[in-house]
Amino acid sequence: MPFSLFRKPWLALQSRTEMHPVNRLEMKMHARADVTAENAASWPEEIFAILQRFDVRQVPYVPDAGHSQLIERVLGASSMRGIALTTEEEGVALLAGAWAGGQRGVLLMQSSGVGNCVNMLSLTQIFRLPFLTLVTMRGEWGEFNPWQVPMGSSTAAVFELSGVKVLRASHPEEVREVVEAAAGQAYNACTPTAVLLSQRLIGAKDFTK
Amino acid sequence: MSKANLLERRSVVASLLAERKDAIVVGGLGASTYDIAAAGDHDRNFYLWGAMGGAVMIGLGLALAQPKLPVVVITGDGEMLMGIGSLATVGLQKPGNLTIIVLDNECYGETGGQASHTAAAADLVGIARACGIAEARAMTTMAEIEAFSPSLQDVSAGPRFASVKIDAANLERALSNRDGTFIVNRIRGALGFRPI
Repeated sequence: MPFSLFRKPWLALQSRTEMHPVNRLEMKMHARADVTAENAASWPEEIFAILQRFDVRQVPYVPDAGHSQLIERVLGASSMRGIALTTEEEGVALLAGAWAGGQRGVLLMQSSGVGNCVNMLSLTQIFRLPFLTLVTMRGEWGEFNPWQVPMGSSTAAVFELSGVKVLRASHPEEVREVVEAAAGQAYNACTPTAVLLSQRLIGAKDFTK
Repeated sequence: MSKANLLERRSVVASLLAERKDAIVVGGLGASTYDIAAAGDHDRNFYLWGAMGGAVMIGLGLALAQPKLPVVVITGDGEMLMGIGSLATVGLQKPGNLTIIVLDNECYGETGGQASHTAAAADLVGIARACGIAEARAMTTMAEIEAFSPSLQDVSAGPRFASVKIDAANLERALSNRDGTFIVNRIRGALGFRPI
C-alpha cells in the first residue's frame, strides 16, 4: 500500500469500511478522513484561534477535506459566518465587500480553486485589500491523481503573479506561526497574503483503500 | 432587440435611487456604474470598473457586514450571467438587506452590442427564484419601478431580485471615480471606519 506511507498518525483510527453518506463534507471526492475527536489534528484548531483573535467575521469557503475541521469550527462559531461558495472567485469579491463594510474575512479553498480566482484577484491590488486566504495543497507530495498536478504546481506562481504574497506551512508545528504572520501582514499592513498548507501537512489522499 | 416599451436605463436608476437615504449602492462594471454616477455621486457608491461577475458578491459581503443598512446592487445582464452562481450563494445566506437589480438590455452594450443569453433563453428572474430568492420579479413599467423603490429600505424582507428590461441604446458615459482605494475608503469613512 504505497499510498499509505503518507497517512498521518491522527488518521490512524479512521475506519476503512464505514461510509457516512450524511456527512456533507464528504461530497468532495478527495475527502481524506472523517473529523472525529479521536483523529482531529491540532493545527486547524490553532488556525481557528488565530482567526478569532484577529476578529475575522466572514469566512467564505469552497469545501476541502483538508479544511473540513476548520470549516466545522467556523460554522459552529457565533462570531463568524461561514459562507459556502459556488466558485472560489466569489470569495475574493465577497471579502472586498466585507472590507468596505468594516469586517475582516478569510477565504478557505484548495489549490485547484486558485485558478478560478485569477481575474478577481485584481481586487486585492485595486483596493489594497487586507486579503488573507488559506489554501490546502493538492498535486504535490505523493499525489495519486494526475489531474491535480498542473494547478497544484502553478498555485504559488499564480498568486505571486497576481500580487499576493505566499507563505507555506509543511509541518504541524509551524502552522501557528505562519498563519499568525500571514494574518498580521494581511490585516495590519493591507498586504494580500496566501498561506499554502502543504499536502505533506495534510496527508495525501489514499485512493486505494 | 426591437421590442417596444423598453425602459430607459438612466430613468430607471434615477427613480430607484431618488430616495436612497443611507443605502450603499454597488454598480456593476460598464454602463451600470455610469448610470449610478449619472444619478449623482455619493459617498456610498461602490463603482466597479472591472471584476466582471463580482458585483453581487461585493454586495453580499457589504450586506452581511452592515445588516442594518440597505445594500443595492445594480448591474447588467452580462455581468450577472458571469457571476450567476452568486445568486445561489445569496439564496443560501438570505441577507434581508440586499437587493439585486439587473438592467437587462439583452446584449453586451460596452463591446459592440453582441447578444447575451437573456436575448434568447436565459430567464434571470426564474434563475434567482430557483436559487432561493423568493422575492424575485420582472418590472416593465416606470410605475412599477416607482412602487418598488421604497422596498429597498426594508432591511428585513430581502433578499430581493428584480430584472428590468431596458432599451439597448448606448448612452454617453457618465464617468465616476475609478480609483479603487478611494472608492472603498470613502465608503468606509462614510460608515465611520478610520484608515488603518
